[in-house]
Amino acid sequence: MTGLDVKNLSKSFGALKVTDDVSLRVEPGEVHAIIGPNGAGKTTLISQLSGQLASDAGSVSIGDRDITHLSMPERVKLGLARSFQITSILPGFTALENVALAVQARRGSSFRFFGNVAGEAELNEAAMSALAEAGLDDRAEVLAKSLSHGEHRRLELAIALATDPKVLLLDEPLAGVGGEDAEAFVSRLQTFKGRFTMVLIEHDMDAVFALADRVSVLVYGKLIATGKPEDVRSDPAVRAAYLGEEEVA
Amino acid sequence: MSDLTATAPGRAAPRMAGRVKAAIILFILFALMPPLASALDDPFYVLIGTRILAYAIAALALDLILGYGAMVSFGHAAYLGFGSYAVAILSSYGINDLGLQLLFGITLSAVFALITGAISLRTQGVYFIMITLAFGQMAFFFFISLSAYGGDDGYGLSERSTLMGIDILQSDFGLYYVTLALLIAMFVLCHRIVMSRFGRVLTGIRENPTRMEAIGYSPFRYQLTAFIISGCITSVAGVLLANQAQFVSPAFMSWHRSGELIVMVVLGGVGTLTGPIGGAVAALLLEEWLGALSEHWRLWFGIFLVLMVLFSPRGITGVLERMGIVRTRQ
Repeated sequence: MTGLDVKNLSKSFGALKVTDDVSLRVEPGEVHAIIGPNGAGKTTLISQLSGQLASDAGSVSIGDRDITHLSMPERVKLGLARSFQITSILPGFTALENVALAVQARRGSSFRFFGNVAGEAELNEAAMSALAEAGLDDRAEVLAKSLSHGEHRRLELAIALATDPKVLLLDEPLAGVGGEDAEAFVSRLQTFKGRFTMVLIEHDMDAVFALADRVSVLVYGKLIATGKPEDVRSDPAVRAAYLGEEEVA
Repeated sequence: MSDLTATAPGRAAPRMAGRVKAAIILFILFALMPPLASALDDPFYVLIGTRILAYAIAALALDLILGYGAMVSFGHAAYLGFGSYAVAILSSYGINDLGLQLLFGITLSAVFALITGAISLRTQGVYFIMITLAFGQMAFFFFISLSAYGGDDGYGLSERSTLMGIDILQSDFGLYYVTLALLIAMFVLCHRIVMSRFGRVLTGIRENPTRMEAIGYSPFRYQLTAFIISGCITSVAGVLLANQAQFVSPAFMSWHRSGELIVMVVLGGVGTLTGPIGGAVAALLLEEWLGALSEHWRLWFGIFLVLMVLFSPRGITGVLERMGIVRTRQ
């Protein structure tokens, strides 16, 4: 099991400090939720962790390996995968092909110019099992652009699973999913606990408290608290900055 | 699930099969054309046909990166030039073997595509179009100033190439069928690439590069490889065009020519491989016919092109799909 170590990470856009000296240790195997009001810089932080966005200062390590200067594809190869808040899929590919591409990235060379990739049973079987884990195996042959929003969220999850992550960064996996679908999604995520480390950004507090071992609170790019969900819930600073605001609203 | 994986699923499979059938029909028609032309006592068409088939190879190659990789190269005529000057340069040393000419043209193209592609691919969209145009123009002006091979005036070839010592290309029929054979070979090559692991990655990068990076692919390596392959295949067309005209000149590599290649791809249907072959036929036949009717033929061709793009963005392929002649996507 691999953890994630973040030290003094910073990022500014012009004069705006979006990530302000964030240090965070995600223990191997834990589910670590990052919460905070809108505009707190959660997605920016995930983008820095995944390598999509370069950091101004600080370091990121997965296990013992410093990955601060690695590109996103290189980090994925080391087992650090992310899902996107705004669904990011290949619309003209079927659900199965979307996932099979993620399998292909870690199985053998992609510089193979002959041989029909659609017929590679090894890729398709691994992709089907990732789809099944995300609850989307019955829609494998449907073009991704024809799937519903809830199905897109599950496809995001299936693609992330297919990269065989050691640490999975989930950026609002429940965005736009409500009611029973959300509950089903949370129990699906619960089955992955202990299989890999998860960093979870989520607005749905029921989901956060159901899943997270620890919670960190991000406000204006600064971490103001980290701890067990019940401790964070009762932290006065957190209540003032975030939860209180919710209650008022 | 097991039978599902066994039947090789894939969105591309059924649509692709329809296009392969369309391509086979086209190839059969191409094969029947020369005897028909001589029966009608119009053998001039065999020479025009050779030109069309050579351009079809170039359009096919451009579609590989334009259609499947979303890389709009506006400098692809440079590779036609490398192919044709490979013939001229080797023939000035007394080497007329088609195989060696192809090898030389492909090598030149690979080196040029590697260097210019590596730089161009640091940009995207309009900037990519402009920078490939700039590199194409650099190649154009290089050959204009190459006085040993006629510079601006071009360089006449005293004889056509030989194929393993046989002068099969001396007859217009021989040249036509060798060109057709190479077109079919290049189509099979491109089709297999598109259906392969590499092709799927390339198409994925076209659809969503960020997603591809997020599952572990560096787009640059795949795009550059495709760019080089496309340039090499285009140079094959250049070797054949030099033989068809028995003449090479920098005019082969002007930016107008690059534009015409894009027109062929768009007219035929972007990202279909078969479509651009049809696009090359349509564009060059219209050029012949409209050119005979009026010296302002480009105006009429322009109007036709605008209407085509407005009413059928997927080109001739789109029209055929709507008429139910070619299988459409599910």
